[in-house]
Amino acid sequence: MTKVTKEELLAVADRAMLALTDEEADLFTEDLATFIGYADKLNELDLENVVPMTHALQQINVMREDVERDVLDRDEMLRSVKEHQNGEIKVPTILS
Amino acid sequence: MNFETIIGLEVHVELKTNTKIFSSAPSHFGAEPNKNIHVTDLAYPGVMPVLNKSVVDFGMKAAMALNCDIADVMHFDRKHYFYPDNPKAYQISQEDRPIGVGGWVEIEVDGKKKKIRLNRIHLEEDAGKLTHTEHGYSLVDLNRQGTPLIEIVSEADIRSADEAYAFLEKLKAIIEYTGVSDCRMEEGSLRCDANISLRPVGQKEFGTKTELKNLNSFNFVRRGIIKEVERQEKILLSGGVIEQETRRYDESTGDTVLMRIKGSADDYRFINDPDLPEIHIDEDWKARIRAEIPELPDARKDRYMNELGLPAYDAMVLTLTKEMSDFYEATVEAGADPKLASNWLMGEVSAYLNAEQKELAETKLTPEGLTSMIKLIEDGTISSKIAKKVFKELIEKGGIADDIVKAKGLVQISDEGTLRKMVAETLEANPQSIVDYKDGKGRALGFLVGQIMKASKGQANPQLVNKILLEEIEKH
Repeated sequence: MTKVTKEELLAVADRAMLALTDEEADLFTEDLATFIGYADKLNELDLENVVPMTHALQQINVMREDVERDVLDRDEMLRSVKEHQNGEIKVPTILS
Repeated sequence: MNFETIIGLEVHVELKTNTKIFSSAPSHFGAEPNKNIHVTDLAYPGVMPVLNKSVVDFGMKAAMALNCDIADVMHFDRKHYFYPDNPKAYQISQEDRPIGVGGWVEIEVDGKKKKIRLNRIHLEEDAGKLTHTEHGYSLVDLNRQGTPLIEIVSEADIRSADEAYAFLEKLKAIIEYTGVSDCRMEEGSLRCDANISLRPVGQKEFGTKTELKNLNSFNFVRRGIIKEVERQEKILLSGGVIEQETRRYDESTGDTVLMRIKGSADDYRFINDPDLPEIHIDEDWKARIRAEIPELPDARKDRYMNELGLPAYDAMVLTLTKEMSDFYEATVEAGADPKLASNWLMGEVSAYLNAEQKELAETKLTPEGLTSMIKLIEDGTISSKIAKKVFKELIEKGGIADDIVKAKGLVQISDEGTLRKMVAETLEANPQSIVDYKDGKGRALGFLVGQIMKASKGQANPQLVNKILLEEIEKH
């Protein structure tokens, strides 16, 4: 079975911007190993020429016509924004 | 040591559909901040993206015009990153199965033709726009969030800054002809990043590449590449190594500046987007789009050369933009001589547009107006000097040349009697010039012609003036 180390788990959590406690890290390391274990089972088969399945549903070509509708009212939208200025949303600068 | 420059370009082009790729908010440029917004663009809980059918049509059309193979089945993936320009914390893009693969663009540099291969073309959504203030916060406008894009990725087939320029120019022309985008770099509807590396001539493996961003015009692309090549060359020659990094072109200094070192942080955690089912593109759909592709620049260029007898250079310049090319066709259609129409469009018209920073459509000039003027020059009604006055009127106020000439009394003087009288008067006033001419000073003749043209306010027929002048001088 595929091993997942705690370091790997923490690296994945870091990329997802998740802060984990030590206990949580141990718990999820085990869980993640179990999930990946399912994939190991599939890897026992020869899947060389099998197209990956991307969706559980068999629906295809779900599309809409190119027509404008349901545009949000800006004032309404800005009510759920913490801070704004001249119609723009204020956020802390991350990069500049 | 001599190096070979290796360049690959990534070009983003905004598609001009009515609405966004996954939401029904309008996607046009220039609206007030946060006015073109749908709940999907804000990633409110429970919202679902639904693909705009026109985006597939437009993307397919561009991919076909660029000679790509169109996917039978495609899907969308999530590319994760955290930045306030995209509230979902992922961009919906196509990683595994894009709409088009392969393809090529033919360029010509220094008379040599070359095919630049494309790796792929995929559909994705644009992000919102951030304005950074100096007070520790940034302002977010999400109008652009969800605007449909195609990303065109070239193979590393480009070998110089000039080839990169030619590639972009041709790519822009082709896409503009298909009508799926305006390709305006100044409005951000066409954007380009360049991957640049060097390798010693003869070496097979590529060197380490850097990615160059913030190239906001074709000229900046050219200059940025030249600068980056110089920088890498200097490092390699002094025994250093190139770091794999992202650099920014600084317009004010013309240098490239480090943005960030690429590393393991570039893990976008791609997954299939479970909100968006597969798209199957059947042969009927492909055939319908293929039938909508108009004549493309290269085909037009060939036709101008073969059917209208234009030189290769004229045909190339006229077909660079669809607007110019369509105008040219209408002018020839209206009865103008093809070569004269080409001369005027490439000369006076282009000079005017450059000087005024205008597009053809923003002027009053019409194909009929230009044709009427060319015809008046051809039949000798106006001289080419007078034509310049008429042209200014046509491009600024519109109308037909015949009316302008009549209203302003600009008809060329071709009456022999009138001209002979003018010539005689000029000779009388300038006896020294006659002596000079007879002494073999050719310049004296030019001076006399100039005096006559001046006296006639530019309206004298220059050929006739020359002829009569020579006859009259002999009499002295």
